[in-house]
Amino acid sequence: MTVPIGAYLALGALLFVLGIAGVLLRRSALVVFMSIELMLNAVNLTFVAFARQLGRLEGQVAVFFVLVVAAVEVVVGLAIIIAIFRTRSTVDLDDVDLLRG
Amino acid sequence: MELVIFALAAVGAVAGGVGIIASRSPVRSALSLLLVLGCLAALSLLLSAQFIAALQIIIYAGAIVILFLFVVMLLHAHSGETAPNRLGWLTPAGIVLGAILLAVLLRTVGTGDGGGVASIGAEFGTAEAVGQTLFTTFMLPFEAASVLLLIGIIAAVIIGRPEPASPAPTGTPRQVVEPSRR
Amino acid sequence: MLLALIIAFPLAGWLILGVVGGTLPRRVIGILACGTVALAFVASVAASRHPAVSAGGLSAPLFSWISVGTLAVPAGLLMDRLSSLMALVVTGVGFLIHVYSIGYMADDRSYARYFAYLNLFIASMLLLVLGSNLLVLFVGWELVGLCSYLLIGFWFDRERAAQAGRKAFVVNRIGDAGFLVGILLLATSTGTLEFGRIGALGSQMAPALLTAITLLLFVGATGKSAQLPLYVWLPDAMEGPTPVSALIHAATMVTAGVYMIARLHPLFIAAPLTLPVVAGVGAATAFFAATIALVQWDLKRVLAYSTISQLGYMFVAMGVVAMPAGMFHLTTHAFFKALLFLAAGSVMHAMGGVIDMRQLGGLARAMRWTAIGFVIGALALAGIPPFAGFFSKDLILEAAFTSAQHGGSWLVWLAGLATAFVTAVYVTRAAILTFLPPAVHHGHPHEAPPTMRWPMAVLAVLSVGGGVLGARVVGAPLLRSLDRFFAAAPAAESAPAALLTLVSVAIGVLGIATGALLYRGRREVTLGILGRFFERQWYVERVYEAAILAPARALAHFCADVIETRGIDGAVNGVAALVVRAGGTLRQAQTGYVRSYAAAILAGTIVVLGYWLLR
Repeated sequence: MTVPIGAYLALGALLFVLGIAGVLLRRSALVVFMSIELMLNAVNLTFVAFARQLGRLEGQVAVFFVLVVAAVEVVVGLAIIIAIFRTRSTVDLDDVDLLRG
Repeated sequence: MELVIFALAAVGAVAGGVGIIASRSPVRSALSLLLVLGCLAALSLLLSAQFIAALQIIIYAGAIVILFLFVVMLLHAHSGETAPNRLGWLTPAGIVLGAILLAVLLRTVGTGDGGGVASIGAEFGTAEAVGQTLFTTFMLPFEAASVLLLIGIIAAVIIGRPEPASPAPTGTPRQVVEPSRR
Repeated sequence: MLLALIIAFPLAGWLILGVVGGTLPRRVIGILACGTVALAFVASVAASRHPAVSAGGLSAPLFSWISVGTLAVPAGLLMDRLSSLMALVVTGVGFLIHVYSIGYMADDRSYARYFAYLNLFIASMLLLVLGSNLLVLFVGWELVGLCSYLLIGFWFDRERAAQAGRKAFVVNRIGDAGFLVGILLLATSTGTLEFGRIGALGSQMAPALLTAITLLLFVGATGKSAQLPLYVWLPDAMEGPTPVSALIHAATMVTAGVYMIARLHPLFIAAPLTLPVVAGVGAATAFFAATIALVQWDLKRVLAYSTISQLGYMFVAMGVVAMPAGMFHLTTHAFFKALLFLAAGSVMHAMGGVIDMRQLGGLARAMRWTAIGFVIGALALAGIPPFAGFFSKDLILEAAFTSAQHGGSWLVWLAGLATAFVTAVYVTRAAILTFLPPAVHHGHPHEAPPTMRWPMAVLAVLSVGGGVLGARVVGAPLLRSLDRFFAAAPAAESAPAALLTLVSVAIGVLGIATGALLYRGRREVTLGILGRFFERQWYVERVYEAAILAPARALAHFCADVIETRGIDGAVNGVAALVVRAGGTLRQAQTGYVRSYAAAILAGTIVVLGYWLLR
């Protein structure tokens, strides 16, 4: 029996929400980043599922680009985290509150 | 058969996801991320996205997670969350919001299941097929993506560079800004 | 054009002195200021000889000023017999006082400003008397009020002078309010304010409306001419320089009310109730002021109350429809009152600013000219023949008697007689206390310089010989001329003219004798309760203070402390505080924590997504 596409979509949704929970609930910048990666991957899964359902390759091409962007984002983001760590000796997101009004 | 693989991969992915957000140690989180990536690669294979699956393993698991581990080890002693949580209200709020979002998404998925699965050829999802599409229809985004990569490299180098130790005229060392605790 | 020149000369003087006066040497300032007034006098003489003046009047329309709907008020000048008399008095006496001021104000540091204001006053007064319609008159009216304020408070660093100036302006304002309402009523009911046409229209108006208008105009006159109840500013106005008191508060500005009634006499005669009110107020004021003058120690205040009293006589004359007599008294009063004030100024000049009679005495020996001048003025004031005041005052009393015979009130004539008696007493008292020995002062009096003496001499001559203008024995040229002007006013001949004259002279002599007896040798005379009553001005000012000023002050405090501070400031500050608090509340969203921002984004996303996906 084949798995309905809806199952993949549901799984993607679940992983996405898990990623969101991680972004909101964890304070360490690294873990937040990893949660963001989780969210991106959930989206990848969704794209691929739709590509399969519709029989179009554009979905997979989209995943390709998401991959590229995610890579760049991780690189730059980690560089920023290290830069912040150098000046503040912390990666706790709650300590970076200079925008407090 | 497909169902079994799906079930295993799905469980693994969810377990990994929970592991990412719930682990005390960032190393465990990184390894959970690895698990998730692996399961997702398997699921991609099930969905005839072979090229994508390969890319996921190579790029994500092979590069990005390694990067994460490097940084975790660089900042290891200080990456714990030791201070008391100042945003206590966020925990229930986040859970509630997340639940709502999940409900919305699932409902959409549930109600929108119209039309069956298209039939595909054997070359669907191969590197050759993806490459074909990529270099014809999506040439411009491809080039833009390569420029983006270039920018990312330059940015990372510049941001990550240690500050040039300019000797202060009076010889006073630069202050390290203490994190504010209010 | 000649008429415009009359005003233009002193106006130019004001402009020049006002702008560059500070840089000119004193001699030039003096010559310039007196010169413009002299030129104005010459121009007035020339204009008054124009044949049109005796006919209907020499008019000089200047420009179309107001032209709105049915109301057209041109700006123009008019010289007829009435205004030519006023113009000659204003410029003539004004010139003499300008010359006097050269000596009097020689040591003052604001020499140029003084003469600039004085020239402006002359120009304004001329505008008032030469205006061809009621609105031009009113402009001049307000301007002289302004000049009065400026000159009373000339030494503005003196608190009392500043307050006196304010008081004059405010009290005049009250009168002017009534005046303005009267003008407006007149304009709306007749559509014109031209003097030539008002006379004819007056008889066509409803009596009630006419009475209202004339009473309102009279209110303005009581303010400007210091009658009850708006006289209170004039005694305080003595804070200004003495020549100012002589010119403005004796000879010219205060006569503006009398002039206004003379100008509008057709209206006043046609209004049934107004004239008795005018006569009554005049008579009451005359007596009231004379009693107060009796107990003043400040010589200038004696003269101030005396002016109020004599103005009352003029209003009595207007009220009993003897307008030529009133204008005649205006003229003679200008002469002798100015003389009296200038003599008082000479005393102040000699005694270093002292004018309290308790610190004077025995000045006649050192200041012969001044003393003689004062005595001449005093005799004229008391109405002793052959001095000028006798002729005019006698004429008024005669008219009052005649009016009483024909149904008027006897009280008016009796008040006039009583006032004449008191007048003679107080002026004798003033002369004795100031000039006759024994001397109680510690100063070194000296006679005044020539620039101050000559104007006094001229005025003395006029006070002696001025009566000739109205003496029947020589044809009374002024009265005949005015009679022709007031052709509408019936000139009633009185019955026992000679007897009345004898009575008024006798009263005057009696008054002088009484004064000499009472006060010779500086005897301390107390009038007991009556004296205190007079001293406190019959409690008029106390009543004003309690009934008007105190509530006004309370209201002002209420407005300032409650409405302003708590109400308006509170509202304004409240708005600001509201904004600050709103900002403070909104600022709580700016936590600075990335996670809370992320949560907010998520919430928003859910809303949007939910809307789109579940539609």
